[in-house]
Amino acid sequence: MRYITDRKRAVGKGASGTGTAHHWAMQVSSVGLALMIPAWLYVFGSALGGSQEEVVATFGRPFPAILTALVLVVGMKHFASGAQMMIEDYVQGSARKLAVILVTCLAWAIAATGLFALARMAL
Amino acid sequence: MVQFTLPKNSTIRTGKTWPKPEGKNVRKFQIYRWNPDDGKNPQVDTYFVDMDTCGPMILDALIKIKNEIDPTLTFRRSCREGICGSCAMNIDGINTLACIYGLDEVKGDVKIYPLPHMPVIKDLIPDLTHFYAQHASIMPWLETKTNRPAKEWRQSIEDREKLDGLYECVMCASCSTSCPSYWWNGDKYLGPAALLHAYRWIIDSRDEATGERLDDLEDPFKLYRCHTIMNCAKTCPKGLNPAKAIAEIKKMMVERVV
Repeated sequence: MRYITDRKRAVGKGASGTGTAHHWAMQVSSVGLALMIPAWLYVFGSALGGSQEEVVATFGRPFPAILTALVLVVGMKHFASGAQMMIEDYVQGSARKLAVILVTCLAWAIAATGLFALARMAL
Repeated sequence: MVQFTLPKNSTIRTGKTWPKPEGKNVRKFQIYRWNPDDGKNPQVDTYFVDMDTCGPMILDALIKIKNEIDPTLTFRRSCREGICGSCAMNIDGINTLACIYGLDEVKGDVKIYPLPHMPVIKDLIPDLTHFYAQHASIMPWLETKTNRPAKEWRQSIEDREKLDGLYECVMCASCSTSCPSYWWNGDKYLGPAALLHAYRWIIDSRDEATGERLDDLEDPFKLYRCHTIMNCAKTCPKGLNPAKAIAEIKKMMVERVV
């Protein structure tokens, strides 16, 4: 029980001055992914079922390699930001901070692993 | 704060069933009851109302139950015409005003609960203290810096029309208490009602604190917990669209930086 006024409880620590940058970044990455994902699915689908040499050759070409790299980086950044929002919705306190750190690390680990594999194929 | 299971002392039990009156046109009402003074769990009492001697609205039935069956039934009401917002409650799964919700709009038994996810004071009365404090925090009044004019702050017809669909809000809390984001983070998220009112003052052509108002909303929780779920617009008994007002605030926020 804390003896604080209702107004003080409602205002809390005040506005943090952030939020719009996150909102705008999500909008931009959404539009980017909406454009890139169909093209990437076409590239990925055409390589699906091919031999190792054929797949390596497909992702060794500039357009599929750059597109895949962009999908990985933009997609994982979008995933990290979206997951952070969900965590903020449902998790409280220190667990919230820990979960945000973990999901951010996971997103960048997936992106780094994908980029490494892509570099092995393309270079 | 998220709670997936109710505490033991909040589990709803089956309550008293009141005698069924004579007559062919009798409807069954199941109403949430909780009294902070008796130390018991909440319960759902069953009442039967003769529709031939009852008015057409849910509030008419509640008043009839209170007057003729169970005087301990507690609920807020005042204007009986959808202006005061007092009688907001969850009727047949929808947050709405009992005074303007017709009995004919409910199929089968009439189930009435208090507004969801708010502390209950007694029976159908939620504690709206925090909700009102959040409304006060958005400064719901005209803020000006220019010297007060001799007669009045003038406003064009076009600018006045921008307030339509906003000023009609009666602060019944139906929208905020239907919003999952407000359920989970109502301590920090302002909720659809307060944000609709915030937008009403942001776009008021006479108000001179637009920047300060937007600054006060620049926060991941106060504003950006809205995920456009749209429950607010669906449930609003006055037919308003708080989700659109929130989207307009977000657009103005982006316009400030991009």
